[in-house]
Amino acid sequence: MEFSEHIKTANVEDVVLRQPLHPPSRGTLCITGHHLLFSDREEGSSRQVLLLLKNIDAIEKSVENLLAYSGLFSSAGHTERISGSSGTITMKCKDLRVLQLDIPGMEQCLNIAHSIETLSCLDRAPEMYPFFYRPSDLSLQDQWGLSSPEKQYSQMKEIHDRWRLSTVNRDYSVCLSYPPAVIVPRNTGDEVLKKVAKFRQGGRFPVLCYYHKKNGMVIMRSSQPLPGANRKRCREDEDLLQAVMDGSDKGYIIDTRSSQQALQARMTGGGFESKSCYSSWKRLHRQMERGKALQESLIKLVEACGDESHNMDRWLSKLENSKWLSHIQTALSTAGLLAECVERDGHSVLVHGSEGKDSTLLISTLAQLIMDPCCRTLEGFLALLEREWVQAGHPFMQRCAHSAFSHARLQQESPVFLLLLDCVWQLWRQFPLALGFSEALLLRLATEAYASNYGTFLCNNHQERCSQGVTKKTHCLFQALLRPRERDYYSNPLYEPTELAIWPSVHPQSLQLWRGFFLRWTKQTRHLEEAQEEIRNMVIEWGKLALS
Amino acid sequence: MEHIRLPKVENVRLLDRVSPRRSRVGTLYLTATHTIFVENEEGVRNETWVFHSLVCSVEKQGVTASGCPLLIHCKNFQVLHFVIPREQECHDVLQSLQRLSQPESYEELYCFSYKPNVDEDERRREWDFLDLKADYSRLGLPNSLWKLSPVNQRYKVSDTYPADLFVPESATPPVIVGSSKFRSRGRFPTLSYYSKENHAAICRSSQPLSGFSARCLEDEQMLEAILRSNPRSDFMYVVDTRPKLNAIANRAAGKGYENEDNYSNIKFQFIGIENIHVMRNSQQKMLEVCELRSPSMSDFLEGLENSGWLRHIKAVLDAGIFIAKAVAEEGVSVLVHCSDGWDRTAQVCSVASVLLDPYYRTLRGLMVLIEKDWISFGHKFTHRCNHLVGDPKEVSPIIDQFLECVWQLMEQFPCAFEFNERFLITIQSHIYSCQFGNFIGNNQRERTELRLNERTHSLWSYLWTNRADYINPLYRPDHSQTQGLLRPSTAPYCFKFWRGLYNRFDRGMHPRQSVEDYLSAIQEETQQLEEQLASHKQKIAQLEKEQEWKSVTQKNTTFDKSPTAWARGDDLDLANTPQDYTGGFITSSPSQPKAPEGSLILLNQDLKQTSEFNLSNGSDQESGIADLSCRSPLSEDSTRDPDSDEAAYSAA
Repeated sequence: MEFSEHIKTANVEDVVLRQPLHPPSRGTLCITGHHLLFSDREEGSSRQVLLLLKNIDAIEKSVENLLAYSGLFSSAGHTERISGSSGTITMKCKDLRVLQLDIPGMEQCLNIAHSIETLSCLDRAPEMYPFFYRPSDLSLQDQWGLSSPEKQYSQMKEIHDRWRLSTVNRDYSVCLSYPPAVIVPRNTGDEVLKKVAKFRQGGRFPVLCYYHKKNGMVIMRSSQPLPGANRKRCREDEDLLQAVMDGSDKGYIIDTRSSQQALQARMTGGGFESKSCYSSWKRLHRQMERGKALQESLIKLVEACGDESHNMDRWLSKLENSKWLSHIQTALSTAGLLAECVERDGHSVLVHGSEGKDSTLLISTLAQLIMDPCCRTLEGFLALLEREWVQAGHPFMQRCAHSAFSHARLQQESPVFLLLLDCVWQLWRQFPLALGFSEALLLRLATEAYASNYGTFLCNNHQERCSQGVTKKTHCLFQALLRPRERDYYSNPLYEPTELAIWPSVHPQSLQLWRGFFLRWTKQTRHLEEAQEEIRNMVIEWGKLALS
Repeated sequence: MEHIRLPKVENVRLLDRVSPRRSRVGTLYLTATHTIFVENEEGVRNETWVFHSLVCSVEKQGVTASGCPLLIHCKNFQVLHFVIPREQECHDVLQSLQRLSQPESYEELYCFSYKPNVDEDERRREWDFLDLKADYSRLGLPNSLWKLSPVNQRYKVSDTYPADLFVPESATPPVIVGSSKFRSRGRFPTLSYYSKENHAAICRSSQPLSGFSARCLEDEQMLEAILRSNPRSDFMYVVDTRPKLNAIANRAAGKGYENEDNYSNIKFQFIGIENIHVMRNSQQKMLEVCELRSPSMSDFLEGLENSGWLRHIKAVLDAGIFIAKAVAEEGVSVLVHCSDGWDRTAQVCSVASVLLDPYYRTLRGLMVLIEKDWISFGHKFTHRCNHLVGDPKEVSPIIDQFLECVWQLMEQFPCAFEFNERFLITIQSHIYSCQFGNFIGNNQRERTELRLNERTHSLWSYLWTNRADYINPLYRPDHSQTQGLLRPSTAPYCFKFWRGLYNRFDRGMHPRQSVEDYLSAIQEETQQLEEQLASHKQKIAQLEKEQEWKSVTQKNTTFDKSPTAWARGDDLDLANTPQDYTGGFITSSPSQPKAPEGSLILLNQDLKQTSEFNLSNGSDQESGIADLSCRSPLSEDSTRDPDSDEAAYSAA
């Protein structure tokens, strides 16, 4: 393998590993193309730590030269035991764990550090671990993913008279980030769709994402229209939306930008659906943070959680200043608004921001969780994520390239998916019996999105995943999570299905810091996990007795 | 009754604090003990009862078109916002309530007129429910190191101390009396908690009257005696819970703190907990934040930070941890004091006891602890809780802070406490309600004079009778979290805002489903099943009876989980109600469409949709519209439409 050229030192003995919640341990360190492996030297208690290099967000190294050998080192190659030099590598992971390695020998330390730096930043999908990961109980012959647009459409019989499955994008020529098949209004032809696509950023023309069985109303999503400064119109776009109306008196467009931002977007060729051209659609603007600002918010929050000063005022001010909880509040209340339009007001809604790949997906997902009981089971939730994030073209590769610790210059990173998981956690806190999955699932997904054995979150869209062979040569996380043992672990023992909508409270008092994630590696979180275990045991014991 | 100017007002509106447009219309009654609001709505007998003793402030606001608003703040953090049709009526209610909520004498308090259907014998037994001597003997006292001293039998030495006090075996009456003369209000060092395992003790007192240089031989001997009662230790801590500056300021008034040079083998330590005035203001600020109508996240967090409330809670907990660790880990005795030794000292000693002793984390244990460290040692409940009209500067939420510290610990150790949050909230409420005699008066002497245990009922036995409501289903006496010393983290991120207490009555803010209630139901069910299983096995031989049991078991296995699925029965509506998603935090809300008339929508849909649609939709749709009309996401206050051509041009 070509990885070997990045590995100058593959094994080091007598390394001390310090990790949260464990006493320091001494053992052997081993670097492979994708992993860092540490095995405890102590007899009997052979503990191993296996860490995906991809999980490492940033490293800090410091070497120390205890004795005056420095002159010798530069010339001689045998720097091993005799030297008094040593080094320390601090590894900050994307799952927010911080590990430290004390490595004897300066050169070995630098070699290891170099390997980690290089190998953790591989960015070609086929080089990544999912292409090598072959668990015995999964087969590559299996269908990749839980479902497909075709299947989804065929299962939704009730929409067939008004909606059709279009394969206008089968070669990705209409929209690069859409899957080959999408659901569109029945009487809108493929030629029309092509024209609409030209009027929408990135070709993301309006498609169906949710059908509300109770009243036949729908949620659609797209990217922003492109009227630009000249206020161009696109008859086909207007007709498509009119076709959705289907006799209803009006519909809503939820724009995830402020009206100011939407206006400004005209200057760069974008814009919004003006009232004069889309007379039966009412626009609602909700400013949601995106992109770099969101990434910076995450960085600030993680920094605040690591603050050791133990000063209450400082903590509260940093928490406030990070704005993370504000973003949670905005996301949940915008999703609430969307769900209200559909469920309470009984109208269809089109959601978009600018690109339609981030905040758009965030609120359409949350609204579905609020309204649709089918999305709240373990299977239903994973299918929802697959549909609304993986297939819908959230650019995971770009968004999750780095997390909160990285010193690399930010490019396309943005923790939108993490924000979603946090919002779902808030829902779970407020409705602890209404969701079929546990906090553990959310934590697992938060880790997997950044570093994974599975191919699910590789690449930026369907087209890339197919061309790079992800769907053929990697395993799908969602399927793995539904294996019996995993299914058991990730289920909510208290789950009680309810047909009712679950409207979250968005008062600041009702929203909390997601300690399970942001303070995951502290002792306090362990106590809470113990309580969850206790709950599981109680329910199991009760279940056994009730059955007997 | 002479204080009630107006016993009944009709057509009063009670506004919902969170969404003021949601209001209820009904009749307001003033009785000798309660304010009662009865909703008019047919069929629902929705009543709101508020003790006069719980009323903290009443405030009349400017008259509006719809009437005269009257705002009532309660000590249990309920806020009632009435609108009374006529100003004169509002004024009369205000005057009446102001008088009723501030009794001038103890005799007016509700506890003296509260007469539940309990016979006298039983009432007397209520007061025997807790026995402090039993708790001391649980701790192994008296023993060869600590003795019960009769010195304060008639409250002669310290009129704010209890009659029964434990002192070191070697402390003679002259030493005690001498020491008491050198301490504020005669509150000499005496035992609060004793560790059987290592003989380390927590003692408490008030500040010494040391001024700039005064000494007192007996006081020095007293501390020496405390030190000697811990044979394995060669020094002790003296913890002054005040900020150093405050303690130094006290020296000018002839008070102050111990000089390490004068006392042998003490280690002196300041722990800066602020005084009652700072705490009162801090809570006031925090409550103002809780009351903001639709604060943004930043408003809330900034307000919380500025109130300093969590900083104070952390300070109390930090102090408790310091003492608990000294006792449990170092085996060193600690003397704790502040100024008078009845506020911060009570907080810190009781927090330390909760950390040290698993017993105080049980239902009965917490009651004993409050009885001991707070009631018997003379926390001035009448003054601090403002039971009677008095000096507003004496009021301070010191005991609330203790209860909150316990709550913060419960949040960190979900399996370590036998009781639940409801237990703490109920205690908090009754500390102020004056329904029971426990928290009346400022010290034991006053309580004896008032003959409270002859004339009133005790909260403790009431709580014990209803203990099923207060059990934490996750509590395991044998759980690793439960054992020995609790070691909480006091990293700031471990402290949470206590929504359950301070926003207790804003039900929209709380989780809509309760894990705890669910687990309690399961626990009860499991117990029943276990019992049945046991008797099942017993009687399995007897064919006849077996038949009988089978039917019982079958009944129970169809246990229906769903009633517990939603927090409380009457919350079902609420659970399915959207929140106010527009809030105040969204800066721009252009082109908000006008909310259509409810009936209009239905009409339109009736015309255009199939009948099947209506069938499937019916009632839900209706309630949705009723709801929409009183909230704003799609409502009438639409602002500037950026869509209009002018706006577009100006931007271009």
